[in-house]
Amino acid sequence: MSDYRIQGATGEWEVVIGLEVHAQVTSQSKLFSGAATEFGAEPNAQVSLVDAAMPGMLPVPNRECIRQAVRTGMAIDAQINKWSRFDRKNYFYADLPQGYQISQLYHPIVGEGRIEIQLDDKDPEHSNKTIGIERIHVEQDAGKLMHDQHPTMSYVDLNRSGVALMEIVSRPDMRSPAEAGAYLRKLRAILRYVGSCDGNMEEGSMRADVNVSVRKPGEEFGTRTETKNVNSVRFVMAVIESEARRQVDLIEDGGKVVQETRLYDPDRNETRSMRSKEDAHDYRYFPDPDLLPLVLDDEFLADCRDSLPELPDAKRHRYESELGLSPYNAQVLTAEVETARWFERLLGETATASGKQPAEVAKQAANWLISELFGALNKAGKDLADSPVTPEKGAELLALISKGTISGSIAKQVLELMMESGDSAGAIVEREGLKQESDTGAIESKIDEVLAANMDKVEQYKAGKEALFGFFVGQTMKAMQGKANPQVVNELLKTKLG
Amino acid sequence: MANLTDLGVKAIRDGVAAGDFSATEVAEAFNANVAAASALNAFIVATPEAALEAAKAADAKRAQGEALGKMGGVPIGMKDLFATRGVQTTAASHILQGFKPEYESTVSQRLWDAGAGMLGKLNLDQFAMGSSNETSYFGNVISPWRRNDGGNAALAPGGSSGGSSAAIAARLCPAATGTDTGGSIRQPAAFTGISGIKPTYGRCSRWGIVAFASSLDQAGPMARDVTDCAIMLEAMAGFDPKDSTSLDMPVPAWEAGLSPDMKGKRVGVPREYRMDGMDDDVAKCWEQGIAWLKDAGAEIVDISLPHTKYALPAYYIVAPAEASSNLARYDGVRYGLRDLPEGAGLQDMYAATRAAGFGAEVKRRILIGTYVLSAGYYDAYYTQAQKVRTLISLDFRNAFESCDVILAPTTPTAAFALGDKSDDPLAMYLNDVFSVPASLAGLPAMSVPAGLNREGLPLGLQIIGNMFDEQGVLNAGLAIERAAGFTGRPERWW
Repeated sequence: MSDYRIQGATGEWEVVIGLEVHAQVTSQSKLFSGAATEFGAEPNAQVSLVDAAMPGMLPVPNRECIRQAVRTGMAIDAQINKWSRFDRKNYFYADLPQGYQISQLYHPIVGEGRIEIQLDDKDPEHSNKTIGIERIHVEQDAGKLMHDQHPTMSYVDLNRSGVALMEIVSRPDMRSPAEAGAYLRKLRAILRYVGSCDGNMEEGSMRADVNVSVRKPGEEFGTRTETKNVNSVRFVMAVIESEARRQVDLIEDGGKVVQETRLYDPDRNETRSMRSKEDAHDYRYFPDPDLLPLVLDDEFLADCRDSLPELPDAKRHRYESELGLSPYNAQVLTAEVETARWFERLLGETATASGKQPAEVAKQAANWLISELFGALNKAGKDLADSPVTPEKGAELLALISKGTISGSIAKQVLELMMESGDSAGAIVEREGLKQESDTGAIESKIDEVLAANMDKVEQYKAGKEALFGFFVGQTMKAMQGKANPQVVNELLKTKLG
Repeated sequence: MANLTDLGVKAIRDGVAAGDFSATEVAEAFNANVAAASALNAFIVATPEAALEAAKAADAKRAQGEALGKMGGVPIGMKDLFATRGVQTTAASHILQGFKPEYESTVSQRLWDAGAGMLGKLNLDQFAMGSSNETSYFGNVISPWRRNDGGNAALAPGGSSGGSSAAIAARLCPAATGTDTGGSIRQPAAFTGISGIKPTYGRCSRWGIVAFASSLDQAGPMARDVTDCAIMLEAMAGFDPKDSTSLDMPVPAWEAGLSPDMKGKRVGVPREYRMDGMDDDVAKCWEQGIAWLKDAGAEIVDISLPHTKYALPAYYIVAPAEASSNLARYDGVRYGLRDLPEGAGLQDMYAATRAAGFGAEVKRRILIGTYVLSAGYYDAYYTQAQKVRTLISLDFRNAFESCDVILAPTTPTAAFALGDKSDDPLAMYLNDVFSVPASLAGLPAMSVPAGLNREGLPLGLQIIGNMFDEQGVLNAGLAIERAAGFTGRPERWW
């Protein structure tokens, strides 16, 4: 249970949040036409006769878009409706050439499902919350209006017109901006794992309508408002905060929340009214007579299911149980599919390079990736996608450590050099002469020098001041310029000091 | 040589193939008839050069010893609801005046591929909404037929495919395309003494046909006899991946399968079609048709289609509902008419364009359709109408347990005079009473001429078949055609 509360004059208020996420389906062509969907093309370069609503043109469903919606439904453990139907939503607007949007009101393709969110990375298992999904339906996107091209006219770009969207409708199960943020991030992660949407909110391929209401804890739901087309996780959280605050202030001032559509202004961090329920359109939904009901057969469903990858929750559990990773590490590594893919390549390569089982090197690889590489990338302002260190190069570095060729601290230096040059660890160690000394003779003579120069401390040690052992190790390593194998140093020192 | 314009599809095709005459001669003869018949107003646009070009191609092909297509050397009329590349396509509306598509409808393309040529674009009721051709923006078509009372009352050629029916009856073309949403092929065929078949919904692709009511619209051939309809339907039909409602089935060899023998066939006569006040001549014609089929070997069975009386009201909810949405795209933005008053905004432009671009009947149906889909009325009208539609289909399914084809009149009366019903939409809609049920059920149905009434006007008989059984329909039609020996043709006055 979230303890997020808004402090009002009359006491504490709870916020109730539901999200409708529009996710652009990853596919080569549009939902009902063969036109391409690539982002960033010249205006009106990707418009077919169907998209432009020429007389006599007919929609034909794109199998790939349907497949992606079904796979997404399966990934959130949802009911897949083997019989669904497309409806027309009728309204006039310049970005809608047909005068109607083909959507699914009455019989969506995906029914009830759920998404598990984790509110605390450090303790994912005990900060779990289930957010219900009411439905996913497939629909067409509209075109785009450009108001800044001409002093008195607006231009219309139909490239986006007809592109497939999934509308993913949650239950009003979230109770704080943090929960909504976690839900959006988790949903985006699942879409990316599945490959059904790229989740790029800044390009508009994922946007959210945010439904917010407030109530005194334990009371009935209040009246909700819907803030349309919010295009980042941060903005969604900001909308919830400001909208909940506005509603609380309104109610406490004796006003009433009206059910309405609102718009978010990020510059002023506030929402404002777009239209109220009274002037809502009558969309005159009815089944699209150009299209037959969508009937999915078992073979198609099996193919969808077989093509699903391991999903983030399953992967996280496996990293813990099979690889022995800490819950935090498992959570961090599985949160984004790119990270998990990178880690698994690193793991495989490291196991091969060190001649061990993956489970034996998993902790080392996970720790190195999270604390060393992420740190280095952060410093360089880069992320995994453009990391100069590939999983193969990382594995080589890890193998050098586990074989005792270099020490952990030398490895940090080597990583820095790898980040700068992109060279392999082996080449850098060779070139810079960083190979660690394991030759007992060489180390022994240095130890002898160190002990001879510090006879007083040897006396103290022998008298029982065992903490001085670290001092001797440090002095020896210093004398070896850090390149001595620490294990060998330890063993020799122990023998010599009796 | 026989008058080439008296020949039908089969005679022209076979004659050209045999070298009895050239396709060019045929095209020239029909082009001349078209040019001389402007009084009928059957064509919105004549395309004599397109007809000649196709004819010359057919002649050249024959000279090369190549086989000609199913429609090789046959010039036809194209209802102006089919998009034709580079040729104005208007749906007889002002809003599409001047619109020249950059694409060709699937059905017309198939016909050209089969060797047919285009004489021109035929007039129709605006957006195929009407039963008399009086809603065309380009003026009504006048039927070549006249009553034998000596009066010269201008008669309706039927609708919406009234340009097609008039042109065929007047020998301006041997055949033409039609489309049938609630009877738009069968009723005009009946009014003008020709044949026409609406195939099973989905047989002919709707791609490139200006949509009226998508779940009902179906293209089909109109010609002077059953054989010509069979030939042309074979050329028009076939699966089209661009139309999701297209039937993915092979096209049967209907022409080869033609037989007037009705032995072993059961012909259903629906008792609900015997309505009070049915025109005597129509009732007699129906009785005669029953007798003919019996003589041809058929067993006559009494059948019941209990929900018939709800068909017309259901149709006039479903069709306008779909039309109200289908016609939303005519907004003045991308093609066709644009009316942009001084200082107008987007909504003003929509309103002005649509006010100027649509005729009264089209507006009436858009309003009805918008109303029946509105919140609060949807269940009472649209949902209810869909239920009726299902019941109508079940009626037919039950009926076809005990019969193979159904025989009924095509229309309750012969052709009426222009202006007779144009002020009374309900009276006009009632003309569709016998044709609408088969449309709602998506069944193949055809009209064949069966005789003349006491006024000397043609009457049609309608044969309704089971799903996919165009062959059964054509064969029963052929049996009637043989028995009727209909040779009526309008006397030339134009």
